[in-house]
Amino acid sequence: MPRLDEDPFLTPPIITGGTPMKANKTGHWRSARPVIHDDKCTGCMLCWKFCPEACVTIEGDRPKIHLDWCKGCAVCVEECPADAMSLEDEEGA
Amino acid sequence: MRKTLMGNHAAAVAVRLARTGVVAAYPITPQTQVVEALAEMKATGEFPGRFVRVESEHSAMACLVGAAQAGARTFTATSSQGLAYMHEMLHWVSGARLPVVMAEVNRALGAPWILWTDQTDSLAQRDTGWLQFYCSTNQEILDATLIAYRVAEELLLPVMVCYDGFTLSHTYEPVDVPDQALVDRYLPPIQYPYALDIKEPRAFSALPKPQEYFRLRRRMDADMQRAQEEVAVAEEEFAELFGRRYSAVEGYQAEDAEVLLVTSGAPASTALDAVDRLRAKGLKAGNLRIRQFRPFPTAQLRRFLRPGVKLAVVDRNYSMGHHGIFCEEIKSALYAMPNPPQVFGYVAGLGGGDITPELLCEAWEDCAAGRGDLNAPVWLEDSR
Amino acid sequence: MTVKTSIPATEGLSAGHLACQGCGATLSMRYALKGLGQETVLVIPACCWTILAGPAPMSSVDVNVVHSPFACAAATACGVKHGLVSRGDEATCVVAWGGDGGTFDIGLQALSGAADRDEDILYVCYDNEAYMNTGIQRSGGTPRGAWTMTTPGPAGADRPKKDLDAIIAAHRPRYQATATPAYAEDMVRKFKKARAIKGFRFIRILAPCPPGWKYESGDTVALSRLAVQTGMFPLWESEEGRFRLNLSPGKRKPVGDFLRRQARFRRLTAEDEAAIQAQVDAAWEDFAKRA
Repeated sequence: MPRLDEDPFLTPPIITGGTPMKANKTGHWRSARPVIHDDKCTGCMLCWKFCPEACVTIEGDRPKIHLDWCKGCAVCVEECPADAMSLEDEEGA
Repeated sequence: MRKTLMGNHAAAVAVRLARTGVVAAYPITPQTQVVEALAEMKATGEFPGRFVRVESEHSAMACLVGAAQAGARTFTATSSQGLAYMHEMLHWVSGARLPVVMAEVNRALGAPWILWTDQTDSLAQRDTGWLQFYCSTNQEILDATLIAYRVAEELLLPVMVCYDGFTLSHTYEPVDVPDQALVDRYLPPIQYPYALDIKEPRAFSALPKPQEYFRLRRRMDADMQRAQEEVAVAEEEFAELFGRRYSAVEGYQAEDAEVLLVTSGAPASTALDAVDRLRAKGLKAGNLRIRQFRPFPTAQLRRFLRPGVKLAVVDRNYSMGHHGIFCEEIKSALYAMPNPPQVFGYVAGLGGGDITPELLCEAWEDCAAGRGDLNAPVWLEDSR
Repeated sequence: MTVKTSIPATEGLSAGHLACQGCGATLSMRYALKGLGQETVLVIPACCWTILAGPAPMSSVDVNVVHSPFACAAATACGVKHGLVSRGDEATCVVAWGGDGGTFDIGLQALSGAADRDEDILYVCYDNEAYMNTGIQRSGGTPRGAWTMTTPGPAGADRPKKDLDAIIAAHRPRYQATATPAYAEDMVRKFKKARAIKGFRFIRILAPCPPGWKYESGDTVALSRLAVQTGMFPLWESEEGRFRLNLSPGKRKPVGDFLRRQARFRRLTAEDEAAIQAQVDAAWEDFAKRA
């Protein structure tokens, strides 16, 4: 059994959090991805507004979904008032 | 300045002298006057800190978790059921490495309802990661509270200053109240290194991995072990500034004693009288007063022990199905000694019965006569 | 071209957090932080957000977080406030952020104490109507008829939801409000408003929970909206006791529109639904009188 011989004072007394969770990519949770159809998108940004992941950003006058983090919850697809979004199965999902 | 103070007021005065930032407390007999005195000092402006009249002891300690995390010097006081109600928070405070100081006025636990002193309340908090000091005089309550802040803030561990309900809490004794300037020299403003900083957002006490938790606990123990030395340093500096010297274990007539009483709290004062009475009869009696329960002062205790000496440990506390708690701790601490002394347990005064000089003499004589039992405690009743 | 958004564009919530898909409590935190800003300390008792705020050393929010045991978010928040004030910081807003279990049940005593003392904190309950972090057990916030792991029988929860709002109101808080994520602008406004008020403030958020309420995660905002439109969750606020209805749903939709989209209510009979409808109708008569 490995003994913990290291000087205990090398361990800080507490661990504080502060590293942004963004380092944790959650895109692989997804079984289906939201797709924005540019021809129908009006740039209303409701998809940005209602995203529980905060993974939709506003790029100029268009929303952009960051799939590295999108978990595929589909709130944006449900809420899109212009019917400009669809949910498409991830390949192999 | 010399004043005549009850033990509870000595604690409150120490909190004022320490320039404590946040006090949160809930009243319980026999701690009540600590809270009342601080409320009074707050009302007169004598105590400029925050005073939070919480609705329970659990909230008192929770409030101090927040205040200490915000970087404030903090204080609360409780007893018995109140301490038991706080239990969850005691672990949280030490785990979060917050230097909270608490006065713990020893009172027995119900059921049945009981108001008077014994130490089972605080000793049952043995494994919560708090340092524990046990006081024998009102002067010591004041002094130990100041020392507690020094040590807590150095080690980032909480400290409980324990003293006997009524026997000390409600009894007036002359107490030297030190000058504020001197206290300020001994106790500079708190500099908690992990205080909340609005400009640098962090999360405190968030879930770690098991391996990280394991290492944090090991670090905590390392700091607790370091406390042996840090407390001694703080007591030495206290002696230099204030002229009163304390140590983790204090001996009285211990050098040539054949049987040593081992006592703590107020009965440790009574024991001095008992030892004098026994010595007057030509008996080689002595006393060891255990002031510090965590970290347990194993090395300091062993220094007093010569081969062949017997210990008569008088406990006003009990661990059901086993022994008095000091007795079992002492047995455990001495087990690894070469030729450890024989340790005999005596239980007395649970629920506040008097521990008189006569009773302590009886324990000593019982032990000296070889009537003690190494495997079971002797229950001694004050039969007056 | 820059789009003008209806809520602040600043983002205090970080992607990569560990919430379930479509989490209403997470969306609520996102809005709350938009209203509160960075000069905020969150005190979080045991609840889903214990996990969502991030395992050490991570953090999913850009403000200080102090974790607390289950029963004492309000007391810990008071302590943070007193500690900060004792060190000269009067400006930072201290927010206790707990679920319904930590608020309606185990944390109620500390909450009542803090409200009674008019502590200068904002207490937020994100009410997802059961102990969701431990896996969907009945809490004081669970409505009658809802399935949970501890009310598994055909009748579901056998007691009505505890009227926490009335309990809080009885403490005469400085500010009290309800909010739900479908009405993001309303929620952000309430957080801004609460932030600016001194003394005890309380906001209860109805936070839809896909696994706990048993619906498709995409429906979170739709259900939040239906809760308001059916009148089951009225949006209101009360400042120093002055009550104001924020949004009149006009002609209320039938409660079935809200209930039938959640499998936790699958076993409700037509009579049950009618009874709930009658309760909502009666509650609205009261509201009309208060407003």
